[in-house]
Amino acid sequence: MWHVATVVALHDETATARTITLEVPDWPGHAAGQHVDVRLTAPDGYSAVRSYSIASAPNAERRVELTVERSPNGEVSPYLTQEVAVSDRIELRGPIGGWFVWRPRQTELIQLIAGGAGIVPLMAMIRSRDSAGSTTPFRLLYSVRDPGATLYRDELQALPHQECFVAVTYAYTRAAPKDWSRAPGRIDAPLIADKTWPSDLTPTCYVCGPTSFVESASNLLTAAGNDPNRIRTERFGPTGEYK
Amino acid sequence: MNSLIDDYLDGNAAAGELSRIFAMDVTVAEGQCAHCGAIKRFVDAHLYMPGPGMVARCSVCEHVLLRLVNIRQRVFIDVRGLTYLSLDTAKVQESGR
Repeated sequence: MWHVATVVALHDETATARTITLEVPDWPGHAAGQHVDVRLTAPDGYSAVRSYSIASAPNAERRVELTVERSPNGEVSPYLTQEVAVSDRIELRGPIGGWFVWRPRQTELIQLIAGGAGIVPLMAMIRSRDSAGSTTPFRLLYSVRDPGATLYRDELQALPHQECFVAVTYAYTRAAPKDWSRAPGRIDAPLIADKTWPSDLTPTCYVCGPTSFVESASNLLTAAGNDPNRIRTERFGPTGEYK
Repeated sequence: MNSLIDDYLDGNAAAGELSRIFAMDVTVAEGQCAHCGAIKRFVDAHLYMPGPGMVARCSVCEHVLLRLVNIRQRVFIDVRGLTYLSLDTAKVQESGR
């Protein structure tokens, strides 16, 4: 049930977030949006389990990428973002979850809404769309503290120029770049009206982020006329460590 | 109950623990709350993790649907808050787990 994974690469995404690439020899494959449980065991036998979203698209190499945001009082994320080294071994359970998932055969319009590290499973969906050659139109609304906290910035910047369109809108909550069109602040109704798919086009919406963010974003989507049955949510919880 | 609002996760988060017990992904099942009768997907339940176990509550009335506690090698699961769970076996197999 637990897979032994080997760390094969580490990449710092921001000052506090790191992507860990794991090789899992007996990995059964995953779908975009799924998560894994990570188990770390101390020499005295104490073990801690946390859930992390998979960032990578399904692939044939039996590799799984996790992007972990450090949570200052966390038990597991400080280790994963600061101490873990290439060739270390980590126990994984998964892939987990059949609900917060996007599959390339889906052809309806897709609206993604991310709060902070909630971008991770949505990035897996964007990557999966790309690697599967899907032309389904995606829109991403990404709420992030400031430009420096943006995960996958270069990859996202390259997206709108691709042949297959993924429209990305950033909503900065604390500090925006100079000359940014919108003052820093939380996602609100005008932004939803302006930058997400009109609800009469019946998009499927995926919302991921901290609990309060998911709560308010999904309420705004519903208020804008989206059917709650077409809104899929994944909450992180207050520590950011759980999914 | 609103004071709880910032502390809960989606029922999705229970999938890992429940996969130790059930062969299929129960979080995609529909279940009926034994208290208010609401029929919702398990992923819609409000999940509380920080205690000694895991508690899933009805998203409509906040009554307990399921509790799961690990004590050493033994796992206790209490599902009396659910009248039933119903799974589409064709869809569940697709989840590839």
